[in-house]
Amino acid sequence: MQNAITLRRRRELITAGVLVALLIVLPLPFHDPYTRNLMILTLLYAALAQSWNILGGTCGQISLGHSLYFGVGAYVSTLLFVWHGVPPWFGMLAAAAVAGLLALLVGWPCFRLSGHYYAIATVVVQEIAYLLFLNWDDIGGASGVYVPFHGQSWLNLQFRTAKLPYFYVMLGFFALTWIAAWWIEGSRWGFSWRAVKDDVIAARSLGVRVFPSKMAAAAISGGLTGIGGAIFAQFVGYIDPDSILSGPLSILIALPAVLGGVGTLWGPLLGAAVLIPLRELSSTFLGSSGSGVDLMLYGALIMVVALWRPQGLVSLFQRGRNGSAS
Amino acid sequence: MAALLEIRNLSKSFGGVAANVEISFDVAPGEILGLLGPNGAGKTSLFNSISGEVTPDAGEILLEGRRISGLGPVACAMAGIARTFQVVRSFDSMSVRENVMVGAFTRLGSTRAAMAQADETMEFCGLTRRADAPAHMLSPAEKRRLEVARALATKPKILLLDEMLTGLTPTEAQEGVALVRAVQAQGVTILMVEHVMEVVLPLVSRAIVLNLGRVLTTGTPAEIVKHPEVIRAYLGDRYAAG
Repeated sequence: MQNAITLRRRRELITAGVLVALLIVLPLPFHDPYTRNLMILTLLYAALAQSWNILGGTCGQISLGHSLYFGVGAYVSTLLFVWHGVPPWFGMLAAAAVAGLLALLVGWPCFRLSGHYYAIATVVVQEIAYLLFLNWDDIGGASGVYVPFHGQSWLNLQFRTAKLPYFYVMLGFFALTWIAAWWIEGSRWGFSWRAVKDDVIAARSLGVRVFPSKMAAAAISGGLTGIGGAIFAQFVGYIDPDSILSGPLSILIALPAVLGGVGTLWGPLLGAAVLIPLRELSSTFLGSSGSGVDLMLYGALIMVVALWRPQGLVSLFQRGRNGSAS
Repeated sequence: MAALLEIRNLSKSFGGVAANVEISFDVAPGEILGLLGPNGAGKTSLFNSISGEVTPDAGEILLEGRRISGLGPVACAMAGIARTFQVVRSFDSMSVRENVMVGAFTRLGSTRAAMAQADETMEFCGLTRRADAPAHMLSPAEKRRLEVARALATKPKILLLDEMLTGLTPTEAQEGVALVRAVQAQGVTILMVEHVMEVVLPLVSRAIVLNLGRVLTTGTPAEIVKHPEVIRAYLGDRYAAG
């Protein structure tokens, strides 16, 4: 069967293939670690925003506490590595499972709240977790956890000073989140979740199970975010609550999707490609004296996009979708 | 013939306001039953009980002899009750086709099957030309059609139409009537709330008139329009005597 939906989905898949091919060669001409580092972070936030988008964009449940899943994922994988020598590839799976379960646990009470109240509840839960981890001495508390270097290897995802391998790991992570979002978009789940986002009462009248839909979206979104935390921990080699389980990070996870286009497939990548370099540039030029200026920048950027392109930056690339189909 | 849908002594009040009081009636399989009454008579409230959106305070609703009241909207949809809304509720981030597919997914798991079902239903409802238009771009008449298509895609036994023809131009209303007849011809039973008397009366086999939450009278369209209580409810005492 061929129709506008199947054609669009095929086009998306082809675009993604071309894009991944381009991204594979993108870092090769750039040898300085600074640029490569920037690319890695851009891909990381693109993937995290893509994960956030599965719950926030597709299902319409705005979470402002996603660093909870990122941080817990990072701790699970890192502690398994530090305490038991479990390679991060398996640690990632554990991180995804724990973060996904945690998202269900948060969702169980919080999805009974509607609209803004859900968003507020996610902030509160994440802040509680932040304080808990800050004071939990068995796992490092406020001083955090160093990831010991076990020698350069793909198994342990540790590469002395090389940035390129991390770039490809992040690219793989981004591809995973993109494929998950793409697959969901075309499945029964995706249709149900979007129906929940658009109109709960109409969705229910068509047999859509609203609460289980939100829970499933949260589990997948949280689980993917947890994988990101596990990879990030190996990349930076040190984790503490302030760097991986904080309020500002929660905002930064959601922001690329909001900037690029909530609920779209390409919004997160586009948003991250604009936001993350901008953030790095501002901190480079302004140094420590400019702390807080980056937040002002985000705010200004969001205002500009909200006024000028409410559908997000991704709408710049779309042909005018008007009603005259025939 | 056994009734498809039975309403038994149904009562529902909202904060002391009695919306429905001991309402009882049957809907026979294959018929078009009209639900009439002035504003505030409790028609939409009754629809909300039948579709599972609200739970009646007393009484019960049976579909093919099985109790469905109080089970919630999802169970009612699965049991074979579909509805449209008085104030249109389209999924505005989706295209027409995607809207109808949400309905098709009620009984289908695969995207391919849901697409085929949606194509068939859109064709039936005259929406094929608009299949890929965003739902929010539709005209009011097309949005009503979209709601019917979405509901029909769930393969219901009974379709509840809440003021489907209200607010349409006479031509659009006549097209709507043709669609309702076509739906009935497919074997779907219809319960419709409507204000536009001259449109609805030729369409229905029987009508129930509600007033102030109670059943005022039941009968064929010809009986209904002559009934003094109905005239009183709509026009006041002055006209009832004649």
